[in-house]
Amino acid sequence: MASPTTTADAAIPQQKGADDNYLTHDKGFASWAFTLDHKRIGVMYLASVLSAFALGGFFALAVRTELWSPGKTIMEHDTYNQMFTLHGAIMVFLVIIPGIPAALGNIILPLHLGAKDVAFPKLNLASYYLWIIGCLCMLSSLAINAVDTGWTFYAPYSTTTQTAVIPAAFGAFILGFSSIFTGLNFIVTIHKLRPPGMTFFRMPLFVWALYSTALIQVLATPVIGITLLMMMVERVFGLGIFDPSLGGDPVLFQHFFWFYSHPAVYIMIVPAFGVVSEIIPVFSRKRLFGYQFIAISSLAIAFLGFLVWGHHMFTSGQSVLAGTIFSAITFLIAIPTAIKIFNWVSTMYKGRIHLDTPMLYALAFLWVFTIGGLTGVFLAVMGVDIHLHDTYFVVAHFHYVMMGGAITAFLGGLHYWFPKAFGKMYDEKMGRIGAVIVFVGLNLTFFPQFILGSRGMPRRYYNYLPEFQGLHQLSTIGAFTLGIGFLLTAVSLGRALKYGKKAPNNPWGGVTLEWTTVSPPPYYNFHTPPPVTAGPYDGYDDLVYDEKIGGYVAKKA
Amino acid sequence: MSEPSTATEAAKKASAPPPAAHDHGHDDHGHEAHDPIHAANPHLAHHFDTPQQQFDAGKLGIWLFLLTEVLFFAGLFCAYTVYRSMHPEVFVYAHYFLDTKLGALNTCVLLISSLTAAWAVRNAQLAEKKMLMINIVVTIACAFTFMCVKYVEYAHKYHDGLLPGKNFQPKEQIWELKSFRDRHPEAAEYAEKLAKLDEKKPEAPAAAGAKLEGKVEEKIERPTEEELEPLLAAGLVGPRSLDPSAHISRPRMAHVFFGIYFFMTGLHGFHVLIGIGIWVWMLLKAAKGHFGPNYFGPIDFTALYWHLVDLIWIYLFPLLYLIH
Repeated sequence: MASPTTTADAAIPQQKGADDNYLTHDKGFASWAFTLDHKRIGVMYLASVLSAFALGGFFALAVRTELWSPGKTIMEHDTYNQMFTLHGAIMVFLVIIPGIPAALGNIILPLHLGAKDVAFPKLNLASYYLWIIGCLCMLSSLAINAVDTGWTFYAPYSTTTQTAVIPAAFGAFILGFSSIFTGLNFIVTIHKLRPPGMTFFRMPLFVWALYSTALIQVLATPVIGITLLMMMVERVFGLGIFDPSLGGDPVLFQHFFWFYSHPAVYIMIVPAFGVVSEIIPVFSRKRLFGYQFIAISSLAIAFLGFLVWGHHMFTSGQSVLAGTIFSAITFLIAIPTAIKIFNWVSTMYKGRIHLDTPMLYALAFLWVFTIGGLTGVFLAVMGVDIHLHDTYFVVAHFHYVMMGGAITAFLGGLHYWFPKAFGKMYDEKMGRIGAVIVFVGLNLTFFPQFILGSRGMPRRYYNYLPEFQGLHQLSTIGAFTLGIGFLLTAVSLGRALKYGKKAPNNPWGGVTLEWTTVSPPPYYNFHTPPPVTAGPYDGYDDLVYDEKIGGYVAKKA
Repeated sequence: MSEPSTATEAAKKASAPPPAAHDHGHDDHGHEAHDPIHAANPHLAHHFDTPQQQFDAGKLGIWLFLLTEVLFFAGLFCAYTVYRSMHPEVFVYAHYFLDTKLGALNTCVLLISSLTAAWAVRNAQLAEKKMLMINIVVTIACAFTFMCVKYVEYAHKYHDGLLPGKNFQPKEQIWELKSFRDRHPEAAEYAEKLAKLDEKKPEAPAAAGAKLEGKVEEKIERPTEEELEPLLAAGLVGPRSLDPSAHISRPRMAHVFFGIYFFMTGLHGFHVLIGIGIWVWMLLKAAKGHFGPNYFGPIDFTALYWHLVDLIWIYLFPLLYLIH
């Protein structure tokens, strides 16, 4: 079988020097600030997103520290409200939404497609700067008088509170456009820049996942844009659309908000599915099981995700009939999600599993996401939700999905593609230790919250009954464990950038196109689009591990 | 899509030397095979293989962008629908305050500009530089006319205190409006009488009004139901009181209409302004003679955007101005 790898040598462009790659192609600040190269934009996104992640993590630790004991531990209640709001807003809008698509996707998508760049490089750079502007707006709210509405900006509180809501909401508005433009760019790239021979069903699943994500970004994000705009205008002019005291309808805000924000949770998790779909077959050395089902299930999730927003509003006075329908459609989402989980597990069955760092994160993902997903089904049951609504159970559920799912996959993907993106190998041992600590910390932080929630601990509360203290403290210890895990990972990757061994072209033995070019890739990725003659997970047996270079090469015939 | 097939075919012929424009598989010469195409097309970006591929990518991109624009406005249309179904009387009441003639004028102006925009695409495809520039200039002129008319309307609203939300302080009563009087003369007269009566009532003990009051009250006759209908529809009198003497007021939610009116037309106006900016940019590019059969994408995409902006106005006009 003519796997893509065998044509790799022909596809590697001959450039000026042997060491010429996208990192060294141009030098100086301006060559980065005005770059149109998707890899550089991706690297800038990565650095920015990780910085925002550190900031959001700091707020999370502040919140958990405050909850160490009932009543005041380290901060006043107003400060506490601001802390959890900033934590949520930063993590959602600045980290998880752009994390995998904009940072990893930008670096990898054109490589996956054997293309020279995304379809609209200037728009890509514009998206990045919109992200920066949105980030600055949000942070300016922090400087003025940090917003305290929760990341959901529910009216009429958001239209009346004294804190700086407008900068934060405007930041989210701008970030929405950043997200829309990234999605638009990716859809066009996937449609128009595929290499010869790559049909839709020969695309890697990461591309499928980015495609589904991009559809949601394009179709849902404009609605949050206009909603936040209305909320801001209402705040300034007293419009009377949302505020009941002016004749408005606050539930309308919730409908608008969740019409975007529920699909948005799939913007956060579907790319994670894509990353896991890439990692598992490579480290199981086995063809992916049920490729087409995984590909279609991403689209199914994207589609169904638009029809379930009402399950956030079971207690908002929605009619029982509407609630029942929303509840039923929510159950349906479990089907495509389970299809993915079963296919990943089946891929590992009878595979030769290599427990490298990316695979550890993928396994952690399977564990954590399954818990997160199944508890979501509990919450989709209306009767149960009446009891669990706005408790720590919900907090634990979405942290298992967002933090446990999206962030774990993000870290897995980061480790998986790190050698390709930066041309350096990280220390495997430190990577694995980091992965294990993150996994332990994650469960220690959020599992007690399920118990807290089912016993009636409401979310977002500053104070709590003394009998909850033990579980709260367990959760806080977990949060610091997580912090240590992330810190260790950051140190490991930071050291690798400086001291890491030179990475081979194909350290893991992947057969998707990005592994056919050199690490780090040259400026134009591929000189001619590499022809594709097989599926993205065919041909692991055509590769052999070469001890000398520490990576996989094509088997000599 | 309005793009004429001859021009695209011309574009294909000029751009792709071998007949198989998209068949990269036979491209054995490596990067050299790209160079003639890129050398012949200064506007072809490095990551596209042919002008056709670049045009197709741009076209898909602009349609997706227009989709996001539609969804962006959809939120407002949705709010409009919710409030109109909840408070129909507010919309009947408030539409009398809008100037239908100016709205119709603006509709015509935008329709003309859409024509010239479409024409400009054709000019670009045929490399008719002069006509292209004329059509762009006319489009921009129409856009400016639209904004000027809008300014006149806004200034008038501002002057009359018809502002959104908490700033809503109308100076004129609905029965004083010409648009209301022309359509429902009897109702207007009756409403005026009622209003006078209302005004007097609280001052009843005061000496000045005391004498008049009796006279006015005598004059008022209960109108026929047909005459009362417009007052009921506009929420000036309560829905059930067929003897509504002394109950005249404007609907409670009137300010919401003007909030929605300013928001929708303002956002649309903002899009027109952005459109003007893009057209000016296109005019500069056109003046340099950039456009021809191989490169007319930007004009095509700008025109598509412009048609969408027009289309939104085509919906806004009846929804806001022509309410019955």
